[in-house]
Amino acid sequence: MSFGGPEVCHTKQERLTMSESLQSAIKEICEVVGNDRTQMMEIVEQVQDRFGCVSSEAMDLIAQQMNCHRVEVMSVVSFYSFLSEKPKGTVVIRLCNDVIDLMKGANHAADAFRDELGIEFGETTPDGKITLEWTPCIGMSDQAPAALINDEVVTYLGSDGARNIARQLKEGTAPSKLVGRLGDGNNANDLVKSMVHNNIRNAGPVVFAEGIVKGDGLKKALAMSPREVINDVKNSRLRGRGGAGFPTGMKWDFTRQADGDKKYIFCNADEGEPGTFKDRVILTEKPDLMFEGMTIGGYAIGADEGILYLRGEYAYLRAFLDDVLANRRDAGLLGKNICGKGFDFDIRIVMGAGAYICGEETALLSSAEGMRGDPKNRPPFPAQKGYRDCPTAVNNVETFCKVTRILEKGPGWFSEIGSEGSAGTKLLSISGDCHKPGVYEVPFGIKLREVMDLCGAEDVQAVQIGGPSGRLVGKDSMDDQICYDHLATGGSLMVFSRKRNLLKKVLNFMEFFEEESCGYCTPCRVGNVLLRKKIEAIVNGEGEPADLEYLQTLGETVKTCSRCGLGQTSPNPVLTSLESFRDVYEAALKPALKDGSQPEFDIRAALRPAEAIAGRASSHFAE
Amino acid sequence: MAEKPKVATTSMAGCFGCHMSILDIDERILKLIDLVDFDKSPIDDIKEFTGRCAVGLLEGGCCNDENVKTLKDFREHCDILIAVGDCATMGGIPALRNNMSVKECLDEAYSTDNRKGPAVHNPDNIIPNDPELPLLLDKVYPVQHVVKIDYFLPGCPAPADTIWQSLVALLTDEPVELPYELIKYD
Ligand SMILES: Cc1cc2nc3c(=O)[nH]c(=O)nc-3n(C[C@H](O)[C@H](O)[C@H](O)COP(=O)(O)O)c2cc1C
Ligand code: SF4
Ligand code: SF4
Ligand code: FES
Repeated sequence: MSFGGPEVCHTKQERLTMSESLQSAIKEICEVVGNDRTQMMEIVEQVQDRFGCVSSEAMDLIAQQMNCHRVEVMSVVSFYSFLSEKPKGTVVIRLCNDVIDLMKGANHAADAFRDELGIEFGETTPDGKITLEWTPCIGMSDQAPAALINDEVVTYLGSDGARNIARQLKEGTAPSKLVGRLGDGNNANDLVKSMVHNNIRNAGPVVFAEGIVKGDGLKKALAMSPREVINDVKNSRLRGRGGAGFPTGMKWDFTRQADGDKKYIFCNADEGEPGTFKDRVILTEKPDLMFEGMTIGGYAIGADEGILYLRGEYAYLRAFLDDVLANRRDAGLLGKNICGKGFDFDIRIVMGAGAYICGEETALLSSAEGMRGDPKNRPPFPAQKGYRDCPTAVNNVETFCKVTRILEKGPGWFSEIGSEGSAGTKLLSISGDCHKPGVYEVPFGIKLREVMDLCGAEDVQAVQIGGPSGRLVGKDSMDDQICYDHLATGGSLMVFSRKRNLLKKVLNFMEFFEEESCGYCTPCRVGNVLLRKKIEAIVNGEGEPADLEYLQTLGETVKTCSRCGLGQTSPNPVLTSLESFRDVYEAALKPALKDGSQPEFDIRAALRPAEAIAGRASSHFAE
Repeated sequence: MAEKPKVATTSMAGCFGCHMSILDIDERILKLIDLVDFDKSPIDDIKEFTGRCAVGLLEGGCCNDENVKTLKDFREHCDILIAVGDCATMGGIPALRNNMSVKECLDEAYSTDNRKGPAVHNPDNIIPNDPELPLLLDKVYPVQHVVKIDYFLPGCPAPADTIWQSLVALLTDEPVELPYELIKYD
């Protein structure tokens, strides 16, 4: 799938044929998925792909064909950043503007694109060929600056590289031809052909061990009863690797025991937390471990269907992953009567379309059901009522890999690795100011200092642990352990050296949350905007002492009153930096204005439009 | 008897509904006058501050330069400022124009070309521009975006009893009692 689209046509005749072909194309697309309402994402993604947009007319046609309300189609199209009602260029350039990319010079690439294409971000070239956009982290922070050109990833993008790409695109070169030297490992596979690098810096004993035999873990699992499998997972003390750290065995037990004949296993490959990219490396190098873990999970909870929810940014891996699935079917590891043990189970892939919130498990299920990625109310939890109201276990990519290894090598082997409260290894995605950014498989319990030594980080001022929704810590935390009880992380570690302006990083994180809030509940939708505005004022030298108290109270309100995990963690960049780096804030503040004015209010700017219209200056506030 | 504390009030970008609500304390206004003197306020039509005030009650946000001037004046002269009503605290109805440009607003209101409303007869499309007229701000600002505000009384209008209870508590230095009925808005 690609997220660009062909040129828009102009003459009346062309428009007529276009609308006929639109109609027949939509009919066909909908029929392929059996006019199934829950496949709405697939449908609109295909329409976007073929026509460059999901136009108003297309929405009507889809609604007719699917026998649903137009608003059901529209709510999906308007939600995801990869879908649009207005036509986009045949080629869409999406340049990452997360902190790491900006630190590594994304702005130079941005200027080159602007200059060479003659358009601003958010615009399309007049010939309708190329659209330029910003995007949050695309999971390439260790090779930043990075961009997506339709589905193709370009990495280490400097100013010259960007200019070169823009020129070639203008000349009509296909995005797939822009890929430079191919990356290592499976990145060079015929079905991937990307310039992405794995950058596996530390191969640990669990996920990146040598000589793992495909099917070993599964065969052992199938020789046991589902209950025994769950007991093994429980005894291994495995906890979720996606961020929340819920004990996997317990989750599976709940799902197994929940009422319902039909159950589902979901693998969460949305990997949207900025600075996280370890799942991408697993998907590239160890997809069998992951699929096998899903199969074992399916057996354990009593599911016959598994779904991999793959973020739209990783569409370049889709064909490769489909092929891995096909090979597993051929090897009797998927499909009917797996390993001759009478167990039926298969896996399909559902694509996301650029929305961070879809990593939240209930939003992910909404999205997979063909709706906006709105989180659902809890309870009921997915284990009771998940995908299509059936009991569903959602786990992270890495968690499934761990399961396969636990079944293969035994729970005791696994639980002996790591620390007392946190068993096993953890994959870290390290980026920012260090010599060796990349993926590190380390045992839990490792000290932050040791990790900094491993990745060659010198002159560390701060580390953002667990991405924006995690914590910003400084020197005081260097001897703390990486584990669920101390420095918890879904995998992202961003290193900031002493030369970085930390408040600007906090600002960037808050801009991210403001953009990614689904908007359902007020504390998150409005609160994050207010937090961002105040941080922005402080960065611009308009902050004053009372602002710190304001940030603290507002941040706590947003955390306690928000409906889902996004809003419950989004104030963390503010709150944790206030805790660890209060001095940085204080140094940026000015004393309060004596006359009680708000420093952010700019009367001159506020009057400018009216003065221009009236042709006179304000009598109260002269220039 | 010691001099009574003074209270000032103003209506900026509001509808005067909140001032009506102040008056809606009924006969308690007599008690209020025992407690305070009114300074600058539409209630007594004093146009300029005569001295320092204990409390300033603000209705409406800021939609033009004159509002900003008034508000700054209040901040300068009052020890405590209370934003009264939703217009003052959030911009309220006037802030509905905030996603339009000033030009669009003026055109909408005055241009006959738009032929939007039956009330507009303005064949020459004149947009009023007497030097005496305040200039609009780019958008309507809640009062706390312009100066520091000490207390907020939401509601459209803020209920009379809420205003009364808060004012008396403040003037008598007692804790304010706002039972549920006075701070629920549906
Ligand atoms: C806003 C938000 C985004 C999330 N994004 C991801 C993600 O990209 N990948 C992931 O595995 N979990 C993510 N999670 C956590 C999931 O909700 C869920 O806890 C996890 O997938 C469960 O798997 P695990 O128990 O194996 O960790 C996110 C949570 C929130 C609140
Ligand atoms: S907390 Fe934010 S992301 Fe979650 S439901 Fe509320 S608005 Fe949506
Ligand atoms: S809050 Fe309501 S009553 Fe008060 S000024 Fe505004 S519109 Fe009028
Ligand atoms: S790819 Fe840009 S921060 Fe991750």
